[in-house]
Amino acid sequence: MEEILRILEKNCRTDPSEISELTGLEEKDVRDLISKAEEDKLILSYKAQIDWGKLGDGPVLAIIEVKIAPQRDVGFDAIAMRIARFPEVKSMHLVSGDYDLAAQVEGKNMYDISNFVTNTLSTIDAVQGTSTRFVLKRYKEEGTLIGGDDMAEGRLPVSF
Amino acid sequence: MPESTSNKYSRVSSRVDSIPSSGIRRFFDLIASSDDIISLGVGEPDFITPWNIREAAIYSIERGHTHYTSNSGTLDLRREISKYLKERAGVLYDPASEVLVTVGVSEGLDLAIRTTTEIGDEILVPQPAFVAYEPIVHMAGGKFVGIDTSMENKFVPAITELESKVTDKTRAILINNPNNPTGAVINKKVLFEIADFVLANDLIVIADEIYDRLVYGDKDAFIHFASIPGMLERTVTLNGFSKSYAMTGWRVGYAVGPEEILAGMTKLHQYTMMSAPTVAQHAAKEALSNGDSSVNEMLEAYSMRRRLLLNGLNNIGLECIEPDGAFYAFPSIEVTGLSSESFAEQLLVEEKVAVVPGNVFGPSGEGFIRCCYAASVADIKEALVRIGRFVDKHKSDR
Repeated sequence: MEEILRILEKNCRTDPSEISELTGLEEKDVRDLISKAEEDKLILSYKAQIDWGKLGDGPVLAIIEVKIAPQRDVGFDAIAMRIARFPEVKSMHLVSGDYDLAAQVEGKNMYDISNFVTNTLSTIDAVQGTSTRFVLKRYKEEGTLIGGDDMAEGRLPVSF
Repeated sequence: MPESTSNKYSRVSSRVDSIPSSGIRRFFDLIASSDDIISLGVGEPDFITPWNIREAAIYSIERGHTHYTSNSGTLDLRREISKYLKERAGVLYDPASEVLVTVGVSEGLDLAIRTTTEIGDEILVPQPAFVAYEPIVHMAGGKFVGIDTSMENKFVPAITELESKVTDKTRAILINNPNNPTGAVINKKVLFEIADFVLANDLIVIADEIYDRLVYGDKDAFIHFASIPGMLERTVTLNGFSKSYAMTGWRVGYAVGPEEILAGMTKLHQYTMMSAPTVAQHAAKEALSNGDSSVNEMLEAYSMRRRLLLNGLNNIGLECIEPDGAFYAFPSIEVTGLSSESFAEQLLVEEKVAVVPGNVFGPSGEGFIRCCYAASVADIKEALVRIGRFVDKHKSDR
């Protein structure tokens, strides 16, 4: 199973017949295992990773640190999920340090993001403070280098 | 100015002149002049050296580590090598006197052979074998004695064959395990038999174990020769970073063995190489200290491609032993009735796929080709389609 997941993690378009050839498992078993992983939410989603910057300005990204007050019984989780559900929030983690949450927030432009911070995020009761850092340039996302992939060029066609 | 004597005497020594030039030069020229070929003819990883290793090299340059190192290599690296072999093989080498950092296994091999071989000494070498072995033995004044192996024996040398070739001039046996080009890993039983044979005939063992990390299936199938009881004091082990850590271009490897032999090898190394490239030594140290996860990741990828290529070749009708190590498959091309060279040349011309004809690795490689699966899945799949088409055509030609 882990072998299949690692193949899909690298390229989610690898089809079951190829996975079968690579792993030695029957194609039907591969399909069943993938279905099971999808049902169990072991596989969360399949999506393309896009370099929007190539089409023009692309979206603006900010890393927002959020300080929140934990709540009785649920700790940080309830408020964290409340924030995470906003579609502007692309990823979010509970972190150690001065702040509690680190959120990656995406908007069409700077105003979109400042609007989200001032009118939405900061007005939530449990939010005690925020600190916003705008992303100036993207170098690597989800393990993929942006515009600087290493290529195995220069191998001799024959060597011993 | 003295008169030219070039008509009278060759300017190349007779010893160099007598090294047979590769009979398949034409084939390699053909490859060099072809575009858009898919090559399964390479002998190196398709991965780039892992970043932490490259970064360590950059850092060493930034820090100004641009001088010679000790002839034997940096003590840090020799300690890491010693630690690595203690952990993986359970053998102890003193970093001060029993470890030498070389310019790849190629140099280590040359040093080991030249250090141990008297003029006329015979060196037993199971074949098919790496192409450099024979010329190196020859240049050292030794006599190369090839031991044929066969697909029926899974390309593992038969003891009877060794016994039939041993003479009172036999000095050493050179073993490449896991093997290039066949991918064979010699099993424990045969290795112990070879060890008995070595003891009975008082031989030195030169163990080229460059593919030691690239073993599939049963991880215990590979055994470091020096770890066999009684073999430590008569084995020089050669290894390096090229294959396991995808570091072919760095030119760094090592030799470990008995102090006496290593001292001799170090003497030669001192006057020919001085020391292995300093930056490559820093990179190699990082590889040994923090390279394990990268090795495992590459191994998993090779393992999948190996399965893909192996099944593909067998489906095409090119019979192939299951190669337990390295990154080569060595299928028989008997069904086509072609010689290794004709097969390779025609495959290149007709289907633009490069493979290495098996006969370059010795007479028992005739009738086989070496296909390397250190290539992308897409390339392997396309190569299989083309090889399949080629084999079908030539089978029906028969």
